[in-house]
Amino acid sequence: MSNAGERASAELLRVDNLGKRFGGFVALDDIALNVAPGERLGLIGPNGSGKSTLVNCICGTLRNEQGSVHFDGRKLDGLTAHQRTRLGLARSFQLPRPFGSLSLLDNVRIPLIYTVAARGHHHRAAAEVEEHCIGFLREVGLEAKARQRPRDLTQVEMRKLELARAMASEPKLLIADEAMAGLTHSEIEDILALLVRLNEQGVTVILIEHIMRAVMSFSRRIVVLVSGRKIADGAPDQVMRDPEVERAYLGQ
Amino acid sequence: MRTPLFLLISLAIAAAVFAATIALGNDYVFFAGYVVLQYVVLSTAWNILGGYCGYVNFGTAAFFALGAYSTVAVYKLIEADELPHVVPMPVLMLLGGLVSGVIGLGMGYLTLRLRGAFFSIATLALAVVLETLVVNWDFVGGSRGAYIIRPEEIAPLGNYIRYLFLIMLLLTVAALTIARLIERSRLGYGFATIRDDEMAAEAAGVPTLRLKLIATTISGTLMGMAGAPFPYYIGYLQPDSTFALDYAVNSIAMPLIGGTTSWIGPLIGTLLLGSLQQIITVTISSAVNLLIVGALLVAFVIVAPNGIVGLVHTYLQRKPEDFVGRRRVDADAAEPAP
Repeated sequence: MSNAGERASAELLRVDNLGKRFGGFVALDDIALNVAPGERLGLIGPNGSGKSTLVNCICGTLRNEQGSVHFDGRKLDGLTAHQRTRLGLARSFQLPRPFGSLSLLDNVRIPLIYTVAARGHHHRAAAEVEEHCIGFLREVGLEAKARQRPRDLTQVEMRKLELARAMASEPKLLIADEAMAGLTHSEIEDILALLVRLNEQGVTVILIEHIMRAVMSFSRRIVVLVSGRKIADGAPDQVMRDPEVERAYLGQ
Repeated sequence: MRTPLFLLISLAIAAAVFAATIALGNDYVFFAGYVVLQYVVLSTAWNILGGYCGYVNFGTAAFFALGAYSTVAVYKLIEADELPHVVPMPVLMLLGGLVSGVIGLGMGYLTLRLRGAFFSIATLALAVVLETLVVNWDFVGGSRGAYIIRPEEIAPLGNYIRYLFLIMLLLTVAALTIARLIERSRLGYGFATIRDDEMAAEAAGVPTLRLKLIATTISGTLMGMAGAPFPYYIGYLQPDSTFALDYAVNSIAMPLIGGTTSWIGPLIGTLLLGSLQQIITVTISSAVNLLIVGALLVAFVIVAPNGIVGLVHTYLQRKPEDFVGRRRVDADAAEPAP
């Protein structure tokens, strides 16, 4: 991020002194974060450090008491979650939240008919929408189960469904909240390849992950949260050498 | 099946039902049939909010009574004995629907941030509040009730009850068509996501609050429309019986027994339970009614939690698979060789 003359247009997401409390517990304290278009950002931190709370505040699931979030040149404060999704902000949930009574195909159909259609670029016929949905399921390897219900899926497959559903809203920024927990080696490679492919198509990706190998190979930049505070922000190898990060992760 | 075709077929069935009821030559059948049809509308309306969106409304009686009392209000206002000749019944129904729909929208605005049991309790409270208002509103009869003089005859049908039956039959067709239309539309998908997971729905771009308001409004409107002709059916309208818990219990039990996820569930449940109730009222006693509902409800919750429609579904799924869907996936997978 050495671009000295960085303009508002050169940043996709800007978080300014964001704060969130739950009662007396400070979950997020004065967080500042800029994400440029096309970036691949890793967000790490120990359990309970506020990663998911930050995502929830950015996506409108939670309201932040302090600070503000700008996305694509617009102030997001006060907008509901679905309005933010329609602006191009997509997220997958850490614990998969599929629509249990709908088939996988229809799970993916929802963002297409509610988000993409609402942007009103072009109208798709029903058959075209369906083909599109199958395409997203194919990307995550769930095409064969398109007509089944989420209850037939394994935990791993549900994570993939989460990702497919987030991708289907055709976002500018995708936040993948621990999409790889519990996956095998080769499955992690698959998901990483998928995220890289998305990124190459122009989607900015924020990856929240505990699996360091995945974060290190994917991210161009890493942000570290500890106890609701940002303690490091920079190139991966540089962040990993940071004594404060070492302390947070390994203890003293 | 496309909606116009569905509507045509439903109208044909309705015409056949009407012709058959006339052929029976006993006006009592109209009286009994009217109640069953009224419950088809009420349970279909309940299901749009309760079944599709998963918000259990205990206030059916309130919306139904609002429709009934708006007719009484018009009756008192115009002071015409033969009101339906001055203001046609369909207009009264639209008016009742409008009043209930507006209250439905208002209730939605106040209560839809509540989930689960809290929402249900709020709807129950609404019924109590409205009943108290009506009891203390002298203009519509207050706790004494109001007498409505039903016209004896209507040309060319004969006995007025036949006309009421016909009108309720048409409202039933309308309600079922609306429910089916919703189910297959973008709105229906949105409702299903609300039922499943509101947080995920929002994240997928579904405007959940707006959709829930649409559901309470449609549901309330239909309930009010079902209530509007009721004063003419009963002749003497009184708060106790109009706000009776029976309406709430029945309109929940019927979709649950039939199946809540599709338009046909409430229809099946009501035809079964409603007819059974009418038969029992005549053969045993009207007090046994609710007992039957209770027993059936317990049985269904244990044996078939997804109702009759759910039972049929499970039975079908044991066979190879939903082949219509299957074929489409296969066609998609088997891309033409280059």
